[in-house]
Amino acid sequence: MSELKQELKEKIIEQLNLEDIAIDEIADTDPLFGEGLGLDSIDALELIVMLDKDYGIKLADPKEGRKIFESIDTMAGYISEHRSR
Amino acid sequence: MNGKAIFETDETDFSIFIKSAYEALHIDYSKFFKMDNLSKLAFMIADVLLKEDTEKDVALVLSNKASSLDTDRKHQQSISDSTNFYPSPSVFVYTLPNICLGEISIKHGLHSENAFLVFDKFNPSFMKDYTNSLLKEGNAKKVLCGWVNFDNGKYDAFLYVVANKGTFAHTTEELTRLYQTI
Repeated sequence: MSELKQELKEKIIEQLNLEDIAIDEIADTDPLFGEGLGLDSIDALELIVMLDKDYGIKLADPKEGRKIFESIDTMAGYISEHRSR
Repeated sequence: MNGKAIFETDETDFSIFIKSAYEALHIDYSKFFKMDNLSKLAFMIADVLLKEDTEKDVALVLSNKASSLDTDRKHQQSISDSTNFYPSPSVFVYTLPNICLGEISIKHGLHSENAFLVFDKFNPSFMKDYTNSLLKEGNAKKVLCGWVNFDNGKYDAFLYVVANKGTFAHTTEELTRLYQTI
């Protein structure tokens, strides 16, 4: 699981172009939206594409993302349970 | 700016150049790196011109030749293979040239008139008439105008602010002369 969390941090920084944030600045429990990393609605869509492309997870309802994308912890937990690749 | 260089580099790679300029000009704006190349270029120059200006009634009138073609191509590539069909939402949102005007407006809190025009080349005569009309009709106190073009790694930009009182004469001849100095 810790390997997956590290991978997610790397992917988030690269795919969301967070050039001014380092991997070790993201704690596993940090909120990804709002006060935390400050991601926005376009980033949320980008994360939905990432789940599909990299882990074979299709979110039928984008509202599901709200809970899944709360933090690296919640993302890693959901991916571990539902991934097909 | 006004004939003086505010940042110099021999770097020819746009992504390295723009990041160096971002750091050198102390533009502290985390959303900057999410922008496409056209928006980065327009945003950075506009920031230099507007950051000391307290006037918020500033219309934006920019123009170019390539529209958003550079980003359109990236989007097109991501949808060209039906077996690997993963268009990026953050690329797609920049597939219009006027998005850069939104980025400038958000940063500087502008709720003003704006237009993005596509010409074959910088059109000082049209830009002058359009800008004068905005000022004359009272649609803005100032107008940030110019040319910002990005395509396939090549770019050029010439932005200027027009007001009722200024340093240079707002004529077709003067705009042509100033554009040719870049």
